[in-house]
Amino acid sequence: MSSNEMNMDRIPAEKFEFVQLNDKIHDKRLETKPVGFLQDAMIRFSQNRGSVVCAIILLILILYAIFGPIISNYSIDEKDGYYQYVLPKISDKFDLGFWNGCSKKEFTQAQYDMLDATPGAVRKFLGTETRMIAAKEQTVYKVLVDSYARRGYIEVLLDKSQIAKALKYEQETGIQLFYPAIDRDQIVCQPYKADPNAWFKTNQKGIAERDADGNLIPLYLEGEDDYINASYDDKIDRDHNLIYFRKMQGDNQYQARILYSDWYYYKNGKTACFWFGADEFGYDIFTRLGAGARLSFLLSMTAAIVDLIIGIIVGSCEGYYGGWFDLFMERFKEIISEVPSVVFITLFQLYFAKKHGSLLVFWVTLVVFGWMGVSGTVRAQFYRFKGMEYVMAARTLGAKDSRLIFRHILPNASGFIITSSVLLIPSVIFSESTYSFLGIVNLNSRYLTSVGAMLSNGQTTLTTYPHCLFFPAIFISILLICFNIFGNGLRDAFNPVLRGSN
Amino acid sequence: MFKYVLKRIGLAIISMFIIMTMLFVLVKLLPNPVVVTMGNQGKALEEMRRAWGYYDPIPQQYVVFLKNVFTKFDWGFCTTVGTFLQPVTEYLATKFPFTIYVNVFAVVISIPVGVIFGIFAAIFKNKWQDQVINVFIMLFISVPSFVYAFLLQYIVGFKLNLCPLVLDAGYDFFSWSMFRSAIMPILALSFGSIAGYMRLIRAELTETLTTDYMLLARTKGLTRWQASFRHAFRNSLIPIVPRFLADFIFIIGGSLIIEQIFSVPGIGRTYLASLNLKDYNVFMCLSMFYVVIGLSAGILFDLSYGFIDPRIRMGGGKTNEL
Repeated sequence: MSSNEMNMDRIPAEKFEFVQLNDKIHDKRLETKPVGFLQDAMIRFSQNRGSVVCAIILLILILYAIFGPIISNYSIDEKDGYYQYVLPKISDKFDLGFWNGCSKKEFTQAQYDMLDATPGAVRKFLGTETRMIAAKEQTVYKVLVDSYARRGYIEVLLDKSQIAKALKYEQETGIQLFYPAIDRDQIVCQPYKADPNAWFKTNQKGIAERDADGNLIPLYLEGEDDYINASYDDKIDRDHNLIYFRKMQGDNQYQARILYSDWYYYKNGKTACFWFGADEFGYDIFTRLGAGARLSFLLSMTAAIVDLIIGIIVGSCEGYYGGWFDLFMERFKEIISEVPSVVFITLFQLYFAKKHGSLLVFWVTLVVFGWMGVSGTVRAQFYRFKGMEYVMAARTLGAKDSRLIFRHILPNASGFIITSSVLLIPSVIFSESTYSFLGIVNLNSRYLTSVGAMLSNGQTTLTTYPHCLFFPAIFISILLICFNIFGNGLRDAFNPVLRGSN
Repeated sequence: MFKYVLKRIGLAIISMFIIMTMLFVLVKLLPNPVVVTMGNQGKALEEMRRAWGYYDPIPQQYVVFLKNVFTKFDWGFCTTVGTFLQPVTEYLATKFPFTIYVNVFAVVISIPVGVIFGIFAAIFKNKWQDQVINVFIMLFISVPSFVYAFLLQYIVGFKLNLCPLVLDAGYDFFSWSMFRSAIMPILALSFGSIAGYMRLIRAELTETLTTDYMLLARTKGLTRWQASFRHAFRNSLIPIVPRFLADFIFIIGGSLIIEQIFSVPGIGRTYLASLNLKDYNVFMCLSMFYVVIGLSAGILFDLSYGFIDPRIRMGGGKTNEL
């Protein structure tokens, strides 16, 4: 060993020899495939499991916004005031035990009797309980009540042709549409005087009086009926001494008492089944939410694209040229950003909403004030890159300003720009829902709605009908969480240096 | 330093004037017709407006407005919001206690909770404790505050019946029932800022924990906790303390949404009412109030950096500019 070791400071000259004299040096060819910037980012993104999951959920939400209103049984402007606030029901063919339009509720005896007299309203009787309420012992009836069937009977005004059509339908299908009119004079309970569901005999407090068998005693109006008696081939088992069509003022007007669920089927050819329930006007929440989501996505994406274009142009001019333009724009942005944004949105709405519509004005407001953030990001990136050696080298080689901006600096800044523009979308959705919620922007109309407007409407019935609020709230929460995680994942993928610094 | 402070304040005052002029002109351009009511009230209001100079040219009105504000601090009278013809400043003074009451608790709760859990997350980075805190951060940063305000109202207020749904009326601030009714708005205000603080502290502290001097501290024999608290924590506070100070200013600002949901009769709710009911005097006064607290928070934020860390040179200069 020691003989081979030599003094490294004094190596004799003859020990040196050339590595190559005759051969060429070959650098080894790269064996791996070249990976581009975008491809590299996509690989990194796909390794981030959380972000991929969120991207998939986002895709589902977008698909819902596009196809939800199409696949649902209702159109966006279809409303049914009789079914206001009905609970979510997934299907009327089968019963899951939940999500079936039923809810557990407690009633007094009078209320329970009324429900009991309405066909289908009491889905399940869960027993009674005696309890002290307001220092008085009272019996509480616990009932699983069907919010759809609870509607019960209603009274409608029909003319002769409508009645003829409906009677023909009765004959063809055997489904009874018309029920006998109630003799109002026999009702003793005052609140029931005008109630088409109070067809049975009650005492003054509204508690039903029953016959010996425990059945309700009907209070129907007796007399001769023009329609049912006159040459009408009745397939339905009816008492022909009762009046079914009460003649009203006006020549051609009759009042008929109908069971609403059957009438709904006759009118619409489907049974009422609102997947997410119905709101205060009887709109289908599933359809409206899909349409609202569609509007939110459209609004935010178009606003984000326009913001991005303006922001990149202004920001790159500011960052690249600097000087008085930069100074002026920075002060301008500083002043505008100091004013609470609610002021501008409100003032814009007050000035222009009547003339141009709330939606357009809101979109313009978003664009007018949204580009500033993007331009700030772009400007900072330009400041970072414009002094770098490669830019100087390109300039020395004679590259023009436009080439430097678009070919050399902007692609380097694209990671930041892409991520900030993705995060622009949830921020627009957020502000839309906030301003709709505060009632400053009103995007709610018959053919148009937004998630924020639905939240704002649902808030008023938070304690009584929470489903009106629940679905829009869930939707917007999932949407914003997923957008933020997705955006963070994109940022990590495009700028691996920043990873983890939220 | 002193020069820099003066310069910042001067710039802020200029910004304030520009914004004030802009808002004044915008508001005066808005149509605000007299609502025709029964009796002579409409006519009286019309005459009153004439007396106040409502129909004068806008520059002339602006001069009068500036004179009133800067000599007598007179912002005009309430018209549609509050009591008719009550001075705006007097009316707003009755609104501040509610906003401050709710916000003080929120800040006092959220700063320690945010700091403690932020530190916790940074020290246990990438362990399950950190994951749980991360989920919390993601939830409360992304979800709009009104959604979890509803959730609180529904579950805590309605289902469990622990707190009243809205804030108690009246001025009895030190009673238990008032505090109980304020718990939900306080929580709703806190969640967002707790998540914000946690995220900030976690990011700062993880960065400091990976620096070379931390390695040195461990090498010379300090335990992980000693090193974290004596060296890393103090240094990571530098960017955070200014934010606390700025947030303290916003105590008087109030939140539009939370005050609306929980019926807190504070500043934010009054601001919304003044916008909806078109009470322009109240609107001008409150807008300028928000602008002033925004500007002063900005100045305080920048200055406190210099006080906490003297290495940060005030004013920047060319080399420091991004």
